[in-house]
Amino acid sequence: MSKAPVFALIDCNSFYASCERVFRPDLAKVPIVVLSNNDGCVIARSYDAKPFVKMGEPYFQIKHKLKQHGIVAFSSNYALYGDMSERVMTLIESMVPAVEVYSIDEAFADLTGIADLDQLGRRIRSQVLRCTGIPVGVGIAGTKTLAKLANHTAKRLQAQTGGVVNICDPFKRDWVLRNTAVSEVWGVGRRLSTHFEGMGIKTAMDLAKADPWMLRKKFSVVVEKTARELAGTPCLELDEPDPPKQEICCSRMFGKRLQALAPIKEAVATYMMRASEKLRAQGSVCKKIRVSIRTGMFNPEEAKYANGVLVELPYPTDDVRLLTKAAVDALERVFRPGFNYSKAEVLLMNLSQRGQYTGDLFAAAQPAEASRVMMVLDQINERWGRGTLRSASVPVDPDWGMRREMMSRSYTTRLDQLWRVSCT
Amino acid sequence: MSYSIIGPIAEGGLKLPLCLFQVPAGFPSPAADHIEAHISLDEVLNIRAPHVYLVSITGESMQGAGIFDGDLAVVDRSLEPAHGHIVVALLNNDPVCKRLCIRGKDVILLSENPKYPPRYVLEGDELSIWGVITGSVRSHV
Repeated sequence: MSKAPVFALIDCNSFYASCERVFRPDLAKVPIVVLSNNDGCVIARSYDAKPFVKMGEPYFQIKHKLKQHGIVAFSSNYALYGDMSERVMTLIESMVPAVEVYSIDEAFADLTGIADLDQLGRRIRSQVLRCTGIPVGVGIAGTKTLAKLANHTAKRLQAQTGGVVNICDPFKRDWVLRNTAVSEVWGVGRRLSTHFEGMGIKTAMDLAKADPWMLRKKFSVVVEKTARELAGTPCLELDEPDPPKQEICCSRMFGKRLQALAPIKEAVATYMMRASEKLRAQGSVCKKIRVSIRTGMFNPEEAKYANGVLVELPYPTDDVRLLTKAAVDALERVFRPGFNYSKAEVLLMNLSQRGQYTGDLFAAAQPAEASRVMMVLDQINERWGRGTLRSASVPVDPDWGMRREMMSRSYTTRLDQLWRVSCT
Repeated sequence: MSYSIIGPIAEGGLKLPLCLFQVPAGFPSPAADHIEAHISLDEVLNIRAPHVYLVSITGESMQGAGIFDGDLAVVDRSLEPAHGHIVVALLNNDPVCKRLCIRGKDVILLSENPKYPPRYVLEGDELSIWGVITGSVRSHV
């Protein structure tokens, strides 16, 4: 008989704030918030900042409150978070049979067949904490949905559980199901939980006991699966890594409003540089691109304008020079003077895997020499850092770039910004 | 190339992945079959491991151990710190590089420069070991 499946959900506690603390031990006991791009609003809070600040609060509105409670704000430092995430995931991978990285700070693991689950859970927690300084919680159960619930319990009852909760035992599982509101179940949003409550489904246990066929008829097969998973029947497996993307998008808000064509050209070239890197990294070529620009949406004083262009390329390509030329030409066709532009986007479409494309015999194809140039470009940038070699239209330090006034250093990814340790 | 203007576009597109995947590098050379391996300082210093960090050293107190101002130090956070290790210690939240000395109940942070006296860790001091220094790199130009 095959062994009953066991899943774990491992997630980092207040991940962004925890990353900032690794290299700022002086902030170990200081509440922290992290802001979205352009220092817009709060996207992450340390545990001790949660009572004072809500998610999504605009930074300019809470400056005073932050000061009053001694809360330190950081611009989001994705170079740091990405590197720390990779470290955490690599450590987890080295300790479990199989893993699915679910988001920047969460991973599912397959623990089927492991003898001492509690011990492994505690080992994952202590090992990740010691090697990265990031605290994680571990939930272990017979299905992914239950593992997520166990993890939630580990977080809620941190002091009693030591951050590791195993509910493979039916008695413990039922206790957790009875003591968790249905709104905390993975995949149950606010609207769905309001619906459920009207039907008398208040706890996770109520949902586990609901009739799955009724749930499928009334809601969807996804809701049915959630209920079956809560009742202990695994319906979701560890996902395979993502297949290559069918579209690649790069779009950002400018750090300030732009009126002139020249800086918007720079931005479009910069986004194309990045998008084409991703295109080549997954081994694809693209046949069509879309470029769009728009003004701000919400300021009633400003005139609004938005427009986009589709460009058919002469052949499927991954050549940043051709792509940039097409994107900038496209931009010129929709740019109208006299507006305050806030955002541009480039989208690479009709992707196919390099080599799999079958054009007709006489169709134009990307010259082999262009592919070699792109390979050298990527090698140089991989070795010496992104942006070392770039199209001439991409500026080093644009004045339309993202506003990130409170950003910590790239402690782990830039030689010139390493953590300084003193010998004095 | 053909261009067609399509009007305003709603928010959307796919989310960006955070890290670049590595692109395999070719080696177009007739000697390819005879290459055994590349020598890699990354491997020698193990700096690609998830528990290893590079830090930058400032100050003169560890010169006797061959660690100078401006050097890069390789820090391993997976090792259990022990007497005699050169460590990155957090002394009252300040990151310092010292030799760890454990003598009976006393914990002492030793410098390797006669100008810097030993620092006894006293009651009321807060000490934790951030990692163990396993190597260092110096530029000679």
